This record gives sequence, structure tokens and C-alpha cells, in this order.
Amino acid sequence: MFKREVVCTRIMDSSIPLLEIKNLHAGIDGNQILNGINIEIGAGEIHAIMGRNGSGKTTTANILMGHPDFEVEEGEIKLKGENLLDLEPWERAKRGVFLSFQYPQAVPGLQVGNFLKKSVASINGEEAAKGKNFRELLKKSMKELNMSSSFLSRYVNDGFSGGEKKRFEILQMMLLQPQLAILDETDSGLDIDGIRTVAMGINSSIRGTNSGALIITHYSRILDYIKPDKIHVLIDGKIVATGDSTLATDLEENGYDWLEKRVEEGGIN
Amino acid sequence: MKTSQEARDAVGDYKSGWHDTENSTIRFDSGLSEKVVRDISKIKNEPEWMTEVRVKAYRHFAERKMPTWGNMSMLEQIDFEEVCYYLRSSSATENDWDEVPEEIRNTFERLGIPEAEQKWLSGVTAQYESEAVYHSIREDLVAQGVIFLDMDSGLREYPEIVKKWFCSVVPYSDNKFSALNTAVWSGGSFIYVPKGVHVEMPVQAYFRINAKNMGQFERTLIIADEGSSIHYVEGCTAPTYSTDSLHSAVVELVALPGSHIRYSTVQNWSANVYNLVTKRGIAHENAKIEWVDGNIGSKLTMKYPSVILKGEGSHAEVISVAYSGSGQHQDAGAKIHHLASNTTSKILSKSISKDGGRGSYRGMVTVSPKANNCKLNVVCDALILDDESRSDTYPTMEVANPTARCEHEASVSKVSDDQLFYLMSRGHTEEEALALIVNGFFEPFTRELPMEYAVELNKLMALEMEGSIG
Repeated sequence: MFKREVVCTRIMDSSIPLLEIKNLHAGIDGNQILNGINIEIGAGEIHAIMGRNGSGKTTTANILMGHPDFEVEEGEIKLKGENLLDLEPWERAKRGVFLSFQYPQAVPGLQVGNFLKKSVASINGEEAAKGKNFRELLKKSMKELNMSSSFLSRYVNDGFSGGEKKRFEILQMMLLQPQLAILDETDSGLDIDGIRTVAMGINSSIRGTNSGALIITHYSRILDYIKPDKIHVLIDGKIVATGDSTLATDLEENGYDWLEKRVEEGGIN
Repeated sequence: MKTSQEARDAVGDYKSGWHDTENSTIRFDSGLSEKVVRDISKIKNEPEWMTEVRVKAYRHFAERKMPTWGNMSMLEQIDFEEVCYYLRSSSATENDWDEVPEEIRNTFERLGIPEAEQKWLSGVTAQYESEAVYHSIREDLVAQGVIFLDMDSGLREYPEIVKKWFCSVVPYSDNKFSALNTAVWSGGSFIYVPKGVHVEMPVQAYFRINAKNMGQFERTLIIADEGSSIHYVEGCTAPTYSTDSLHSAVVELVALPGSHIRYSTVQNWSANVYNLVTKRGIAHENAKIEWVDGNIGSKLTMKYPSVILKGEGSHAEVISVAYSGSGQHQDAGAKIHHLASNTTSKILSKSISKDGGRGSYRGMVTVSPKANNCKLNVVCDALILDDESRSDTYPTMEVANPTARCEHEASVSKVSDDQLFYLMSRGHTEEEALALIVNGFFEPFTRELPMEYAVELNKLMALEMEGSIG
């Protein structure tokens, strides 16, 4: 029988960046957190945001995904030229935005295998969740992340260790194959082997594709394995410095105080 | 999902199985009196002892006060004079498909239930039977010596067995509604499983298509003889539309030594129905009784499946879920009495309340002074979906033997915004996310059900979550 294939053509216009964040001002419950953020990520690029606790890193991630509790007062977020701010979280997910959560939520009674299938079906279509292709990608990804198949019958994040939660986030990313992956402190709570495994997962999903990633982290360690194209330093809801991966090394050696001082003295941008 | 054609293939062709049951419908005027009770017994041509039991039960009912617990204000609204106590032939012939509320018809369609079955479930068609399934199951059971009849036929064909066990587990004087049921019962199932016989498949296919099983005052008696086993499935997940507002059933289980009875129910009465049911089993030495009980619909349900652990080494399990929506109160739970040593029991109760619905867990576990080394475990979890809804827990444990090991856990939780956001970020709408959480919460129950029931229940809960996000 004739089988109809749905071919999804993504128009790659090199002049339109993958992600554009322009002059973003946002907050929660009346508290201003972001004070005008600008980031532009091109296709195939990996960027990192570094900064202390409370600087606005997780807020940025939540706003990109569309968390209903945050209010955007000013600015724009565009994915391949399309305004994301009017879209619901699931609509953003369907357009290829993925967030690896800092604190993934448990859903007791919802089996991992079932959840993965449903999510893939919802984002990449019913066909993508069926048959051999799905099973093979699942098997390959789990192997890459050192996860045993018994994982599939557990309940989503229910009783998972910190490391298991982070691996599960990366597994979801590998299966959903997003256009833009936002990884919110995926490295925290992982040991060295875990960081290396997760970094390999990120590299294999983003490098050499048209997708992009935004990695949010405290530490430079994961960046040793990923080597981002750009690093942005966030202080008090503003990006105070943007540089290449050597910026991470400087921060590791000198801390944020050094940078804050430079900012007060007249900025380094 | 099965197409309706596949479903028809699975159970045979409904059309050829249609039965035009008695065209002569006998319907009593509403209201109850000793005469009505005697007349019911006379029409059924019952033995005198049954007539006497009915009359005694009626007298008890007439004098017995309403329960002074549970949702008293809802109970007070029942007008016993408005109820019709006997209706011969299916009430089907009196109803019209067009009168079935549209939302119920829509739900049937969305659950993928074939039209013929939809009509039957709504009580607007005559009883239909799939001859193929009906006969193959019947023949298989008959070959094993299993007696499997509706209760009226059971009384006619096996009066000694019925006389021996009827009211032996639930005396008519147990409560006001068991007295009412004993006085006016009609329909229900009668099952006897001989010694050592294991009925392999759950007996559901037959009962799902047996209209008599859905009576207003059904009476069910299941006797599992020594070393036998049976899994009985009652009811159905689809909304059961009923013009009658009072349903009061009694179910008695007798598990003789070494036997195993599992009784699974999923009920989804329409929102006008009072569902006041007494379910109890007696487990003899090393016997096992499990109640798997799901309550989705009705206005008020009061139901506490019970097990009396009479024989040493016997075991009881009650796994139940209740969903209360707008204007509904599910007052459900379990009762287990440890009368013998080395008996064990487990209660798992899960309730969800939404749109101002109210869910109550009411449980009682007792251990008698003579019963040594008993183990009991009670877990009750409630999930509340909004601020208008309510959940209460009334657990009672009376342990009169110091060697008992008791565990009790209770939790009340709400769906958090972060949980919803997490699921929404994976491409699920807010309603779909809520359905994933709700179905996950019910999963420990759902996995105990036969597959088709589990699938239907999940779909039904997803439908219930629709339009719930404001």
C-alpha cells in the first residue's frame, strides 16, 4: 500500500538566528529579576550562561519555556523569527524548545517508558513514537547515558537520585531532538563521570546539527567537555560580560568578585 | 483502540444476539409495604422461606433509623416512597434513546463503545447477549462444574445452596440498606465454584453484557469451595445512565479454606444516583479475598468492602479508588476484621476530588484478642485538584492483641504548578498534563484491572479533566 510520508521542511535562512532574546525585562510576584537581557544564538551554536545564585539564570530558563508564574514586562524572544512569548509551554515544546530542569518533578504512577512515548508522539508526531525507529533511538540513547532498561518501568522522577534525574532529563532531550535545548544546571549534583556522560549526550545531540543549546551553570567543569561558542556572565539580571570559553577559566580562577569590580570600573563589554 | 467492528468481532454479532425479553412489563406503583414485598416474592414464585426472610427484612428496614454518620444531609433527601421496587423485564423497553442525556451519549462515543452496547448501558435496549461468547464461557464453566446464574435462577435451581449461604455473610439486620435489599432484591449473580476448580479467565465478558446484573437491588452470592479460585468483574467504566435514583446492592462472598476470590468493580453511575452498597466476604483458613473497587459516578456512594478473616492464615486486600466531581460525595473505604491468628490484610485507598467534589476514606480494621501475629497495612492517599474540593479521612483501628503489627500511612496532596509545567514543557497541554498526573495517581488500582477496563478508565479520567482548566 502506498504510504504517505509527512516531510517537514525547515527553512534555514542564515540571516535569522535560532534564538533571539532582546532587551528582556521580567520578574515574578512584582519582583524585577531580569533587567534587559540580550542573547543571540545561531544554528549549531552552544552558549553558556554563568552567574551566582539569584542572578536570574533559572528565571531566564523558565521564561524561555513559558512558565506561567513569570511576567515579561518588556522585550522579545524569538525562535527562528517567531515570537515565543505568546505561545503556551506545550506550543513552544512543539516548535522545538526543550528545558532540562534544575529540579525535575516527580509524577508517581506515570511510567518512564509510557511518558517518553507520549512526549515523543506529542512533539514529533505519532509516527515518531511508533515502531523500530523509536525503540532503536531509545536503546542507543540509554546505552550512551549508561541507563539500564529497567529504568523504563519506574515512575517519572519518583525516588530518583539526583544523578538519575539529570540523566533522565538528557535522555528526554536525546529522544525529543529539540531545536533549542536549555539546560538548567544539569551538571549540579553530578559526579565527574556523570558530568562527562551528560556532556557527551549534549554534544552528540547538538554538535553537527542545526540545533542550538543554552547551558546554564555555576561551574566551568561541564564547559571543559562541551566548549561553548560563547559564555555570558549574568549579574543582577544583566549580562555583564560575553566571551569565549577562556572566560570560564578566568571565572574559575578569579571568581565573580573580580568581574563585578571590572563592571563597576567601567565594564568589560 | 478497537474499532467497533473489531469489538463486534470479538464478542460476536450483537444483532443476531438480540433478545426481545418479555413484552409484558410488570411495574409496581412506587412505595414500599409488606404487601409489595410479599407480591414480589409471589410473582417470582419463591419458596416460603425466602418470602419470610424478605418480610422480616422489610420490617427491620421500616423500623431501622438512617445511619447517623456519613453524609446525613444527602441521605435525608432519599424519598423511599418515590422509588419503584420491582420492575420485571428490562426497564429498557420503557426508555427512549433520545432521552439519554447528550453528554452521556458523547462520552460513550469518545470511549469508543459500540452503539449497541451504548444503548444497553443506558438501559434503553433489551438485554442483548453475544451468543458466541456467552456460550463458550458458559460451556467452559459448566464443564468444570461451576454454577453461574443470575440470582433468581440460582434460587430456583439450587435452593439448598442459596438457603445455606443467603444472609450468612451480610445479615439483613446489618444496616438499613442491607435490610432494604433483602426485602426487595432482584437480579444479581449466583456463583458456586467447586472444590479445587480454578476459573482461569476473569468472568467479565459475560457479565458485561448481562443486563440483569445491573439491577437496582441486585443481590450477589459467590461461594468458592475449598482450594478453588475465581475472579469476578462487575460493572463497567462507561457512565451507567439510570432513571432510578436509588441503587442498593448486597454482595456476599464465601471463601472456603484455601480458596481465592477476587471481585473487581468499576462503577460510574450517573450523577443522580445514590449508590449504597454492602459488600462483605468471609475468608476461612488460608483463603484469600480481594476487593478491587472503583467508584467514579453517582451523587452519593457509601461503600466499604469488608472482609472477615475468620480462618487462620487468611488474607484480605481492598484496593479502591474514588473520583468525586461537582456535587458528588464518595464516602468509601474498607473494613477488615482479624478474628483468627496469622491473618494479614492490606488496604489501599485513593481518592481524587475536583470541582467541589468530596471524597472520604472511612476505614475500620479490628484485631480480636484471640488473633495472634496479625499483620495489617493501611495506606490512604487523597489528591485534591482545586480549592473548592474536599477530602476527609476517618480511619479506625481497634487492636486488642499486642502481637499485631500495624502500619498506617495517609497523605493528602495537590497538583502543583511546577508539576504541570514540567509535563507541559514536554508537549502536553495543561489538560493532558493533569490527566497524566491523575492517571498516575490511580495507577496502583488501574494495574489490577483487566486490560480493557484499565484502558477505558484512563480514557475516562482524561475526559473528566477536559474543560477543567480555567
